[in-house]
Order: sequence, then structure tokens, then C-alpha cells
Amino acid sequence: MTTIRLTVNGSAHTVDADAQTSLLSVLREQLDLTGSKYGCGEGQCGACTVLIDGKAQRSCITKVGTVSQKQITTIEGLASGEQLHPVQQAFLEAGALQCGYCTSGMIMSAVALLRRNPEPKESEIIAFMDGNVCRCGTYPRIVSAIQKAAKLAKGTSAGKGAGR
Amino acid sequence: MSEELQKQISLEPERYELAAAAPYRFDLDRRDFFRFLGAGILVASVLKPAVIAQESGGARQRRGDSLPKEIDAWLHLGENGKVTVYTGKVEMGQNIRTSLSQAVAEELHIPMGNIEMVMGDTQFTPFDMGTFGSRTTPTMNLQLRKVAAAAREMLIGLAAAQWGTDRQNLSAAEGKVTDAQTNRSLEYSALTKGQQLTQTVTSDTALIPASGWKVAGQSALKVDGREFVTGRHRYPSDQKLPDMLHGKVLRPPSFGATLLSVDTQKAEQMGATVVHDGNFVGAAAANAELAAAAISAIHAEWKSEPQPSSKDLFDYLRKNTVEGKDPTGDGDRYDVGAVDQALSSADHRLQQTYTVSYIAHVPLEPRAALAKWDGDKVTVWTGTQRPFGVRGQLAEAFRIPEDQVRVLMPDTGSGYGGKHTGETAIEAARLARAAKRPVKLTWTREEEFTWAYFRPAGVIDVSSGVRNDGSITAWEFHNYNSGSAGIRTYYEIPNQRIVFHAANSPLRQGSYRALAATANHFARESHMDEMAHSLKMDPLEFRLKNLKDERLRAVFTAAAKQFGWGIRDKTLPGRGFGMGGGYEKLGNIATFAEVQVDRKSGDVKVVRVVSAFECGAIVNPDNLRNQIEGSNVQGLGGALFEAIEFDNGKILNGRMSQYRVPRFSDVPVLETVLLDRKDLPSAGAGECPMIGLAPAVANAIFDATGVRLRSLPLVPEGLKAS
Repeated sequence: MTTIRLTVNGSAHTVDADAQTSLLSVLREQLDLTGSKYGCGEGQCGACTVLIDGKAQRSCITKVGTVSQKQITTIEGLASGEQLHPVQQAFLEAGALQCGYCTSGMIMSAVALLRRNPEPKESEIIAFMDGNVCRCGTYPRIVSAIQKAAKLAKGTSAGKGAGR
Repeated sequence: MSEELQKQISLEPERYELAAAAPYRFDLDRRDFFRFLGAGILVASVLKPAVIAQESGGARQRRGDSLPKEIDAWLHLGENGKVTVYTGKVEMGQNIRTSLSQAVAEELHIPMGNIEMVMGDTQFTPFDMGTFGSRTTPTMNLQLRKVAAAAREMLIGLAAAQWGTDRQNLSAAEGKVTDAQTNRSLEYSALTKGQQLTQTVTSDTALIPASGWKVAGQSALKVDGREFVTGRHRYPSDQKLPDMLHGKVLRPPSFGATLLSVDTQKAEQMGATVVHDGNFVGAAAANAELAAAAISAIHAEWKSEPQPSSKDLFDYLRKNTVEGKDPTGDGDRYDVGAVDQALSSADHRLQQTYTVSYIAHVPLEPRAALAKWDGDKVTVWTGTQRPFGVRGQLAEAFRIPEDQVRVLMPDTGSGYGGKHTGETAIEAARLARAAKRPVKLTWTREEEFTWAYFRPAGVIDVSSGVRNDGSITAWEFHNYNSGSAGIRTYYEIPNQRIVFHAANSPLRQGSYRALAATANHFARESHMDEMAHSLKMDPLEFRLKNLKDERLRAVFTAAAKQFGWGIRDKTLPGRGFGMGGGYEKLGNIATFAEVQVDRKSGDVKVVRVVSAFECGAIVNPDNLRNQIEGSNVQGLGGALFEAIEFDNGKILNGRMSQYRVPRFSDVPVLETVLLDRKDLPSAGAGECPMIGLAPAVANAIFDATGVRLRSLPLVPEGLKAS
């Protein structure tokens, strides 16, 4: 056990954990940020996706000891108060979910994509998002939601805060 | 549930995991309701209104203290105008929390936002057999509409009494009862103030016809969607309690292994609570990592028996039938006419065998449970499609009465028929009892792949006879193990023999979205294509020639039109077109697929899928499209590449990195045609839309390459030129 300092959603936290523990486990169990989900434990499904310094990473295979100097953003840190992030808003409006268990990871990956590429083509969305699994099969709606979010973000300045 | 539906469900022997649990009979004192809910009005729906009416002398409004047994849903309208609906159905992504709210809002004339749905809590919701079989829309949606309509009529009655006027002059709208003549109105909350009225719904409760729907019949977004896009929704695996421990179970090295000896000393020294009870060995510790470490420190010896392998699966199933042992006793055999004679006198005969593999549900949220004991009472939060079934299993496991068990089901991360059983609930409860603290247990993905149950594998033999003019005269169909859902043919054939042969399955098997309808439609609709080809007939023309059912003809015709069946471009190399369709769970589907096959690389890509679906009056068009799209995407996995491989009691590909599920890059262009039959009762849509896909794709691959594939998955390794 070591003491590890983490910056999550802009707040500083100190946790006692083995440095080898997964970031996902620390987020969920110690910081009670349960929006990031366990799906496979091997970085194959994307349900655990968070942003680390703005990049999408699989928190289930990220060791907590490796991220102490970095900015971590989870789904809980995306909205500004009651104001949803454009990607969240677009998922809601496009009905881009059924059970919703993949949704946090999908949204976080989409936020990372739009930071890098604010107006992605459909083929670029598919290529970037291919590591995220939606078992309910809402993929076409997620693609539409990301396109919609790109438009929303362009129209407002809300998108600029993405990823912090 | 109607007798007919009950019968239909009992005829599906592949629901192996359900066993036959005696239906629970609900009984409650009406005073308990109001003590708990507060004053207001309460309307209950009962399973058999006619019987209840008889027992209670036909009285509709009940003033005694007892409520009828066999309630399947109830609604409470409080003094604050808030409506709370109680149903044992559960939400796992079908969006019934939304569609059921629409039903209530429609009949009660209140905004959807004023409705709270309490679902799948065995303490507060009436008994429900489970959320499966696409029954929520045809049964619960209808029952809740009746309940809401009865509540509306009660409110009108209360207003009429208060104003001393004829109820004929009054109408309900926007949460108020209004007298059009005098223009006075009363809010529902004012009418329910101080009341403690109960009523049961009878079969003559008048409903708004679908043609007059204003809220139902319209697209509505997921009512609590905001909770999901913000990560706030707490799934079963997100549940927590103070002082909670984390549990982990020691798994046998192979299926059917028995425990010879176990040494738990090291695990106990690590500070874990260790339980060894029969074949169960588990540990609970302060965190999941410690619990896992404790399990790793346990030394156990197991005795394993040799077991079959997936390589020999289909031979094994044929050789291991258990004729006459079907638990339902009938319904596994259908005979009409003289099949043998008709086969021998047919102009053309065709005999083929089709197979389907075991596949896994892979719900993205694995099974999870949090259990807490309070004396000899246990409460469990768990992801299940059958909270009442799991309650029964807990009661049985711990030898306690069911009223000492409460099961709650927070909206879970999908099920697809895979969450009918209570393993995790029992495991968590066993550990919690030993630790004397709440215990949470979440299965790993590998556990989910190995210790859950699979969609049954199967072998299907089809023999057919057809006349030169394209009329099918004989049809013999034998399904080994995969199940009897959708086994009967909807084509007009005078001589038929259709048999389901139960078999000893080498793997634990159970329900999967659409059950065996996927396998049976794959075999039937592939065979239809083969027959059409042997007659050199157009496969659509051939189907329509042998199909009288108007609803099925309508979906085939609509899908063909949208697809452009008559004008498809046959000049593209590697491009093929095919169709499949049928009838299941009261819905009608026709699916047309376009594939692109690269024989050099072996790559098979489904590029476009057109589905035409009809399930009576549509409740929520956008959600219906969502379900149809999802069925096609999920169906793509089982059609093209999903298969569980196993050998000698071990799963060989039980990880996400080894078991391929459909991803973004696999998804074709999906076009959906909805046929809205406002004149017909609404049916469910979670399963039926899936069944046409596999045969449509197989038939399209044949069209593209001349290669006929008769096994699901069709192309796990691609399709190379041989």
C-alpha cells in the first residue's frame, strides 16, 4: 500500500492503494465514481474509458500508480452543473442507448475523438470508436450522436471545456 | 398473462433454467397499502378479472379490507397528484420504463413526468414471472392502460359526486377533471385528498383506441436518460452499503468437477472470511483485490470427469437425445397429413442438415449482487430478469420462507435472456451470512463466459417435397436440442412432421433472446431458398406462393420494396442478396440483406440490411426502431462469427479478446420499415426482429458465391476460395 495523489475531475484526492491496482477499481471503490464500468478487465470493451490528460484510456488496465501526475476526467466530471456536455446532450437526444452500461465509456471516447478531430467523418468515427462495445447494438445511433455533438459543440462554446 | 400465452411459454422447453416454479399468489390488506403509500386512490389489475368478479359478487369498487389475489400491477394516485405504478417487470435496456409510462400517461391524461415506475422489487411490486418472452408490451402495457383508465374513471366519478352532476358531462385532461358546461375543474390532487379508495380493473374497462393515442404511439426519449448519460444511474454492480465487503468464489477447474479437499488456512490468515460449504468455497474481504488474493491462496483438489468437446458437438447431440423426457410433456411434435407418402411422390425432394453453435449473451454488465442480512431476513440487490424467481432460489438455498427474502433489481446492464438465475445472489448472500456484514459480488467477464448458461446448440434436419409449380407438399423438420420456439412453419404445407428432440447438453444452457426461433428460422428460411434455387424460382416469389398469412406477406412485400429486390444490381462482383423472415412472439419480420464477399481475403461484410416489422399498434416508434436495429446488430454476431468453443469441461474462448462480438466496423446500413397496425393489439419487439437476419445473410452469401453455408456461425474464419 502506498499513498497516491490523484487529480480527478479537477479535484485533488489522496488514496491508499497498491500502485498495481487498476485505476477503475480506485475510481469506483475509493472515490465512489461508479460511472466508469467494468466490462471485461482487459481493455477490450471500453466501458471503463476515462480521459487521462485528454486522451481516452481504458481505466481497467491502467495502473493507478502511473497516473498520479495526470489530469483524470470521468463521466461524472463532464457536465457543468446541470448543463450537459454536448456529447451527453447528443446521446440523450439521439436515443443512443438501450441499457446504457456502455454509455459512459462511449461518451468519454467520443469526447476524446472530438477534441482531436472536431468534425470527424463517419469512417473516422467508426475507426476511433471500434474499441468500444455496445452489446445492445446501438452503434448507428452512437455515430449519429457523435455527429450531432460535433454540430452542437461548434454552435456553442460549451464543447471547449471538454476533457479539462 | 392469458392462458394462451401461458401455454405458449410452457411449450418452449429450451427455457431449461426456469424449472417449473409454482406461481406465487399475492395477498395484501388494503390498509397496508395506504399506510405505506399515503391516502389517495389505488387501482389494481388482476390476472383473471372474470374469476375475481365472480368471487366478489361482481362488485367493481371494493370496500372490504382484502384485495384480490393474483394482482399483477397496481397504481397509486396520491394526494399530491403523483402517480406511482408498481410492476414486477424489470428494465434492462428494452426501455419499458418509458413505454409503460407512456401507457399510463395516455389513459390517465397526466404528463409522463408525474409518473414514477417502481419495478422489480419483490417487497413492493406484485408477483411477476419474469421479464422475458416479449410479454411486457402485450400484457403489462395493456394491463397498465386498463389500470390508468380505471383510475381516470374513478376521478371523474369523484368529481361528479362532489359537484352533484352527471358524470357524462365531465372529462379528464391534463391532470384535471373538467365540467365543460360550467367550465369548472378540479385537479386530481384535490379529488384524491383524504380518500382511501381501492378498485380492481375488470375486462370491460374502456380503453382509448390506438387510433386516438396522443402520448402512446409517439416517440419518447428514455424517461431517465439523463441519469445514464451522466453516469449517475446505479446499476446492480454499482450498489454499495456501509461496512460492505467484497466477495469472490473459488471456481472448479472444469464443469462437473467435485471438490475432494480444500485448505483455506492461508486465505483466513490474510484476513478474509472464508466459507466452505459443500461444493461452495468463497471468500469475503475488505476489497475485491484482497478477496481475489485470498481465493488464489486456497489450495483445493478437484476430481474431474472426461467431457465432450465442441469438435464433436453435433454428433454428441444426435446420440444423446432424451426422447419422452420433455418436461412439458407435449408440444414437441406436430403431425399433419402423410409426410412419407408426400415426400416420395414429390417432383423435387431436398434433404439438408443445419447446425447452430452455443453462443454467450455477453451482457456488458456481468452478473452482480449485493446481499445484506438482518437477522434471518435477507435483502439482495441484483441484476436479474426474474426478481421473484431469484427470491425463490434464495429461499430454497437458505431454507427460509420467501417472505424473509427481498430481491430488488436496479435497472441492469442488459440481459438478453441471460439473467434468469440467481447464482450471484446466492453466492453474495452465503458470504454475507458468514461475514455478518453486507457482501457484494460481481462476476468477472471470464466467470460470466464460463459459469452462466449458453444459448443451446442444435442440429436440424429438414426434408422437403415440392411440385414443379412451386407448391410445397411435404415438410419434415427435426430439431435436436436447440429448442422448439418458432419450430412450426407458417408456409401452407399439407403434409408435415415437426419434432423437437431434447438432448443431454454438454454445457449448461438456457434462454437467449428469441430462443430457438433463430435456429429454426435459419434452417427453415435457408431451406426455402435452397428449394427455390432447385426450382429456379425467385425466392420471394416462391415464399409468397406458399404463404397465405396476410401479416407475413405484408412484411415480406414491404421489405422487398424498400430493399429494391426486383432492381438489385447483380453485376457487382462478390455482391449477393438474400432474405429471411417469419413470425415469432406475436410479431412479423422480413429481413433482406446485402453482402460483399472477398474470396481472396475471405472477408464477408454485410453492407445493408432492410427490416420490415409489424407488431400491431406501435407504442413508441423510435424505441421500436432502436430495438430492431439492436436485434440486427446483435444477431450479426451469432450469424457470422460468435461460437463458444469448449473441450473436456473447459471453455476455450471465454474472454472478450477471444470471443468476437459485433463492433462499430461490423455494422451495415440498417433500414427499418415499420408497419403500424392500429387495429391490432400491441406486441413486443425485443426478440422477433432478430430471427430473419441469419438466413438472410446465409442466402445472400450463397447468392454472391454459390457456396451454401448451413452452420451458424456462418464465417467465423471468413470465406476463402477453395
